[in-house]
Amino acid sequence: MIKIGSAQVWVHDQDVALEFYTRKLGMEVRQDVTIPELGGFRWLTVAPPGDHEVSIVLMAIPGQPVLDDATAEEIRTLMSKGFAGTVFLVTDDCQKSYEELAARGVEFTETPEDRPYGIDSGFRDPSGNSFRLTQVRDLG
Amino acid sequence: MSPLPPARHLLRAKDLADARYAEPLGVGDMARAAGLSPAHFSREFRRTFGESPHAYLLTRRLERAASLLRNTDQSVADVCMAVGLSSVGSFTTSFSRLFGKSPTAYRAAFPAASTWARVPACVMRAYSRPQNRTFREDAPEPASIPSSMSAIDEPGGGK
Repeated sequence: MIKIGSAQVWVHDQDVALEFYTRKLGMEVRQDVTIPELGGFRWLTVAPPGDHEVSIVLMAIPGQPVLDDATAEEIRTLMSKGFAGTVFLVTDDCQKSYEELAARGVEFTETPEDRPYGIDSGFRDPSGNSFRLTQVRDLG
Repeated sequence: MSPLPPARHLLRAKDLADARYAEPLGVGDMARAAGLSPAHFSREFRRTFGESPHAYLLTRRLERAASLLRNTDQSVADVCMAVGLSSVGSFTTSFSRLFGKSPTAYRAAFPAASTWARVPACVMRAYSRPQNRTFREDAPEPASIPSSMSAIDEPGGGK
């Protein structure tokens, strides 16, 4: 059986990301390992409390020799323009989650709205990554 | 600490247009959200996203208006006000130019909301924003700007 372990988002700064994902989104650090022999590569993963199946890898945009400068810059640009990808989070109470996160200063792009598939909202992380926060309707 | 790329601040202006199009919002408000002077902001926004902030805000409003026309029974005037526009005449003109038919004809051409596929709202928004069209293809443009920029790009530019 294949399952999803982690999925990765690019971040412009892992310390800034860590602060945001833990303090503002309320996630927990799953792994934070820095590997000196890999040029200080830092494997940093977070997940919501209680969610031990899937984690988000907060990946720094590498430079040489992994990526040439032009490619790294392209990724940085896509990320900061908000088009490097989207993480779709689900919640059992969109309005409540929205209020909690907004009170902690999370930058919402869409407040909770009723949609055919549920109650949906959206926010961004400090790097520009897009997140959905959705209370999915039970379509029974 | 790695610096935040400049585009991240411009994205804040784009997000402001997406979130608060219903309010009497203008390019000046978008510039403030990005922390730039209006002139510098418009240039940088266009360089980054390929269209002017004015065009982005207007097409977002028209996209939202189209959604209200399809999914509600609000009058055309109410739809116009609901997306932050104050002149029904200008709204009808812009809408007709970008969607190829008047708001009333547009509404009549679409089936009821329930027949739509259940795609997320963010997808609906992203894909149904009208393409900017030009009435001035032959007008000289600065070299860095695609020739498809339209007459509605700048406030007053299309008059």
